[in-house]
Amino acid sequence: RINSDGKPAAFQPPPKPVIIDKQKQREERRFLSPEFIPPRGRTDPLKYYIERKDMIQRRKVFNIPEFYVGHILAVTTADPYANGKVNRFVGICIQRGGKGLGATFVLRNVIEDQGVEMCYELYSPRIQAIEVLKLEKRLDDNLLYLRDALPEYSTFDMNMKPVSRLEHEEIPVNKLQVRMKPKPWSKRWERPKYNVKGIKFELPEKKMEEAQKWSQPWLEFDMLREYDTSKIEEKIWKEVSEELKK
Amino acid sequence: QGLLRRSVSHSFLSFPSNTGACRAIQKLTRVRVVDNSALGNTPYHRPPKCIHVYNKTGVGKVGDKILLAIKGEKKKALIVGHKMPGPTMTPRFDSNNVVLIEDNGNPIGTRIKTPIPYILRQREGEFSKVLAIARNFV
Repeated sequence: RINSDGKPAAFQPPPKPVIIDKQKQREERRFLSPEFIPPRGRTDPLKYYIERKDMIQRRKVFNIPEFYVGHILAVTTADPYANGKVNRFVGICIQRGGKGLGATFVLRNVIEDQGVEMCYELYSPRIQAIEVLKLEKRLDDNLLYLRDALPEYSTFDMNMKPVSRLEHEEIPVNKLQVRMKPKPWSKRWERPKYNVKGIKFELPEKKMEEAQKWSQPWLEFDMLREYDTSKIEEKIWKEVSEELKK
Repeated sequence: QGLLRRSVSHSFLSFPSNTGACRAIQKLTRVRVVDNSALGNTPYHRPPKCIHVYNKTGVGKVGDKILLAIKGEKKKALIVGHKMPGPTMTPRFDSNNVVLIEDNGNPIGTRIKTPIPYILRQREGEFSKVLAIARNFV
């Protein structure tokens, strides 16, 4: 390169590349598994502290991925009675229950026109691998109504390939409205106490209004039922993320 | 009118979608025969019902033998899955499944399409013939 003077120009270094630190971006999305949050009660927090240490110890050895209700998971467990000693089950997570080391999640699938649900313990040493096949949140916290929905909504191929997801921050929410089998159902899902948003009710208007008779609008203002977990979550999140980094 | 509404299907070939409480199998529970035997699959105006459970308690879980009343006959059967949630790591089925069996343990049908829990393999000696005709395991 020659300047307007005729002398060679000074060396100009190329522009610095913009580094997008994906690690930082991921950490900004904090996800604390719900079983870490201690239930409301009068037990000594020491008990939960010791339990959390055991949970973190297990997580260091075995990776438990982040998943919500509505994800499609494949779980391989060690089974002494299966040929090959390994048992693989694919299903949609309908419910996550329990706190501490006894935390469970229930996977549902329909195999050969028969609905099967398996309840797994997250921290059980029999589990050998958990893969998330499809990341998808649903409108509800628990999808127990899938038992009364048409079986097409719970069928998933056993040899499903994992759907690749980019490292985005948002997990997509599937606003699917599920169609139900004809009544009677195992629970009266139209009643407001279940607060189900993911069903397409094809009931007559009269039934829907009749169901509203059982609504309890005073529940959300009940102060004795309040359990604010934001501060507890922050503390536990800091503790857990520090321990996991070691 | 109410009676008609209770029974979802007239011929009880399609599985009984009774949405009652989830209990294991006991006397008078309606069950679903899962193998391809003629007795289990021909339609009848009454569903197959359990009349006795061969157990100390009257409640039958997976792997228990029961006496079934089908088409006016008594037949023994083996429970392969029930609606009640069992211990964790065991599957819970959406219907009470049963496989027809002879007195000596030989299954009457020749094929079982629905999935069978792996727990039954623990008692391989008693149920080897039933496990041999099963196709899918869970």
